[in-house]
Amino acid sequence: MTIFNVLWFFLIFVLILGYFVLDGFDLGAGVLSPFIAKDEREKAMVRASLGPVWDGNEVWLLTAGGALFAAFPFAYATTFSGFYLAVMLVLFGLILRAVSIEYAGRDREWAGIWNALFFIGSLLPALLLGVAVGCIFQGIPMDADGNYNGIPLFGLLSPFTLCCGLFGLCLMLLQGAAWLTLKVPAGTGLYDRASGLRRPLIIASLALFVVLTFFVAGRILEMYPALAIVRYLAAIVFLACLVGAAYFAGAGQAGEFKTFLLTSLALAFIIVLLACSMFPNLVVASVDSVGPTLTLMNACATDTSLFYMTIIACIGVPLVLVYHVLVYRTFRGKIRESDLEY
Amino acid sequence: MEFLADPVLLARIQFVFTVCTHFLMVPISIGLGLILAIHETRYYKSGTAEDLAAANLWLKIFTTTFVLGVATGITMEFSFGTNWAYYSRFVGDIFGAPLAAEALFAFFLESTFLGVLLFGRARVSGKFYVVSAWLVWAGSCLSALWIIIANSWMQTPAGAELAADGSRAVIGDFAAAAFNPSTLTRYTHTVDSLLIMGAFVALAVAAYYLLKNKHIEFAMKNIRIGAVVGIITTCLMIVFAHSTAVGVANEQPTKFAMMEGAYASEIMPLYAFGLVDEVNQEVIAPLAIPGGTSFLASNDFSTVYPGMNELAASDKYGDFDPATAPVQVVFQSYHLMVAMYGVLALLLVLVLIFTFVKKEAIKGMRWLQKVLVISPIFPMLAIQAGWFTAEFGRQPWVVYPSASGPDGVSLLTSNAASALTGPELLITILLFVVIYLFLLVAWARICARFIKEGPTLPHDADELLAKGGEVK
Repeated sequence: MTIFNVLWFFLIFVLILGYFVLDGFDLGAGVLSPFIAKDEREKAMVRASLGPVWDGNEVWLLTAGGALFAAFPFAYATTFSGFYLAVMLVLFGLILRAVSIEYAGRDREWAGIWNALFFIGSLLPALLLGVAVGCIFQGIPMDADGNYNGIPLFGLLSPFTLCCGLFGLCLMLLQGAAWLTLKVPAGTGLYDRASGLRRPLIIASLALFVVLTFFVAGRILEMYPALAIVRYLAAIVFLACLVGAAYFAGAGQAGEFKTFLLTSLALAFIIVLLACSMFPNLVVASVDSVGPTLTLMNACATDTSLFYMTIIACIGVPLVLVYHVLVYRTFRGKIRESDLEY
Repeated sequence: MEFLADPVLLARIQFVFTVCTHFLMVPISIGLGLILAIHETRYYKSGTAEDLAAANLWLKIFTTTFVLGVATGITMEFSFGTNWAYYSRFVGDIFGAPLAAEALFAFFLESTFLGVLLFGRARVSGKFYVVSAWLVWAGSCLSALWIIIANSWMQTPAGAELAADGSRAVIGDFAAAAFNPSTLTRYTHTVDSLLIMGAFVALAVAAYYLLKNKHIEFAMKNIRIGAVVGIITTCLMIVFAHSTAVGVANEQPTKFAMMEGAYASEIMPLYAFGLVDEVNQEVIAPLAIPGGTSFLASNDFSTVYPGMNELAASDKYGDFDPATAPVQVVFQSYHLMVAMYGVLALLLVLVLIFTFVKKEAIKGMRWLQKVLVISPIFPMLAIQAGWFTAEFGRQPWVVYPSASGPDGVSLLTSNAASALTGPELLITILLFVVIYLFLLVAWARICARFIKEGPTLPHDADELLAKGGEVK
C-alpha cells in the first residue's frame, strides 16, 4: 500500500460521489418525469431544470471511468468487461436520455418517443449502477486473468444486488424530487407532486438501508478495522441527514433548499460509507472464484503513473469546481418562462 | 458464418461501427463550433437582428449535432474496458491518464459553457456569451488533443517500457508519452480536417438558400465565411498532411508500405489511383510518378523504402503477414482521402473565384450551388478514409511497434479483446445499429427542419436585442 494508491482509491470514490449526488437528481428527475409531469408543459419544466447542467453532471461518470482506467486498470477491465451487458444497458440508457433531453423540445412530432426514451434512459443507469456496486461488494467469480466467468447479466442478479439497485434508485428519486421542488415554480401541479414525494421516498430509503444493513451485517467484521469509526459516523450522518431532510420537507418553500442540501449530503455520506466498507478492495472475488480479489494493491497502476495523475487532478479539480460554481450560479433560482422553449 | 463466433472480429466490427458514427458528429460539431463562434462574435459586435438570427440558426444546428457527438462519445470511453479488457490491462498505466485528463480538462469545460450557450443568452452578458461560444469550441479542440494523444501513443508508443514481468507497459516519462513522435502531426492533421468540414457545412447550407432564392444575405455571408475558413484550412492541410505522411514513413513502415501497396522494397512511386492485386502482390495503376512517394516522404526521388515482404521477414515486424494484411483497404482508403482532398480544394478555388474575383457571380450559378449542397460529403469521406488508413494500417497490432518505440511495448489486436462470447457481442452490435440509425435519422430530420426554417430570431429576441450584443 502506498500513499498514491490509497489516495486514488478514495479519489475514485470522490468522483463516484460527485456523480451520485449530481447525476442523481438528473436521473431521478428523469425516472419521476412520466409519473409527476402530467402534460407537455410540465415535462418541458423537468427538462428545463436539467438543461444547463445534465451534461456536466454526466461528465463525473466519464471522469470516474477514465480515472479508474488510469489508476486501477485491472479493476476497470474486469468490471467493464465482466458486467458487459449491464454496462451496455447503462450506456444505451445514458445515450438515449442525453439525446432525448435535447431533442424532445425541438422535435414535437416525436415528443412521445423522446419522453419514453428519457424515462427508460434514466431508469437503466439509476437501477443498474446500484446492482453493479452490489456485485463488486458481494463478490464475483473470476478466472486467473481476472475476467468475470459467471453467467452473463443474470449472474449479477441476487436478492442483495437487486436491493442495492433499488436503494440507489430510491436515493436518486429522492434527490430528483428534492431538485424539482427547488427548481419548479411553486403553485404548479408538478411542484406539489414533486415536493409531496420527498417524505415517502425518505421513508423508503430508510427501509432499504435497514434491509441492506441486515444483508451486510455478517461482513462487518471483515471490513478494514481502522476505518470502523468513519463507517459508523458516515452511517449516523446519513441517517441524520435523511431525518433532517424529512423535517425540512415539511417547512414549505423555506425548506426547499435545506431539504435538497440534506439529501445531497445523505447521498454523499452513503458513498463515504461504501468506500470505507470496501477498502482496500475494489472487486471482491466470490468463494468459487479462481482469480483473487482485486484490491488497491494488485489492481493499480504504477506509482509513477499515479504521480502524474495526481498532478493532473491538482490542476483539473479546482477548474471543475470553478465551472460548477459558475454554471449553478448563472442558473440559480426557479426556472423561468423563457427557459421552456428554445 | 464462422466469423459470428470470433469475438475479436466482432469486437472490431463493433468498434468500427461505433467510432465511425461518432466521427460523423465530431467533424460537424468541431467544424461548426468555429463557424458558430465567428457568427456570435459578429452579433456581439453589431447587435443587429440579422446577425442574431444567423447566430441562432448555427446555434441550433451546432447543439443538435454536439449532443449526438457527446452521446456517441460515451461509448468510446466505455469500449476500452467492455470490449478490450486485455488491451486495457496492458496499456492502463499510460493510456488511462489522457482519458481522465480529457474528461477533467475538456469535457467539463465544454459541458459548462454549452449549458450557457443553450440556456444563458438571456441570463449572461453579451461578452460572457460570446466568450462561452469560443470556450465550447476551445474545449472541443482540447478534447481532440487528449484523444489524439491517446491514439497516437498506440501508433508510436513513447515514454514507456515493458514491465519486468512482461505483463504490461508502464509509464516512464509522461511528457514523452503525451508528445510522442506522431501526436502533433496527427493532431494538426485531424483538427484541420474538422475545420474544413465545418467550412463545407456552412457552404452547403448557404448554397441551399441560394438555390431556393431565400435568405440571400445570410447565404452570401456564409459563403464568404465558409470560403475563407475553407481556403485557409485547406492550404494549411498541405503542411499537416505532409508531416503526417513523413511521420508514417519514418515510424510505421508496414503502414507506409500498405498505403502504396509496396510488397517488394522499392523506390516508392506515386499512384493517383489503382487496384492492389493481393494474390500476385502488385499494384495495377495506369498513372504513376516514379519515385513520387519517396520524394514526398524524404525529399529525394531515389530513397528506397522496405516493402511488406522484407518487413515481415524482420524480427520487429515478424507478426506482419502480407498475405492476410488489409492491403487493399489501406491502399484504397488512403487514395480516396487524397482524391477527396483534391475535389474539395478545387471546389474551394471555384467558390473563391466566383465570390470574390467575379463579384458574387455564384448567386447565379445553379450548377455550382447544387454541387455545394452535397459538398460536405467530400471532406467527410476524406476524414473517414483517413481514419481507415490510420487504423487498418496499424494492423495486426493495436499498439504498434514503431521504429523509435521502446522494445517490447507492442500488442497484437488478437490479444487485446475481452473474454466475451459471440452472442453478447452480436446482441450489442445489433442494438448499436438500431439505436444509432434511429438517432441519425432524428438528427437529420431536426437539422433539416432548422435549415428549412432558416435564420429565425429566438423567441425572446426583443429582450435580447434591447440588451444589444455589446451593452450590459
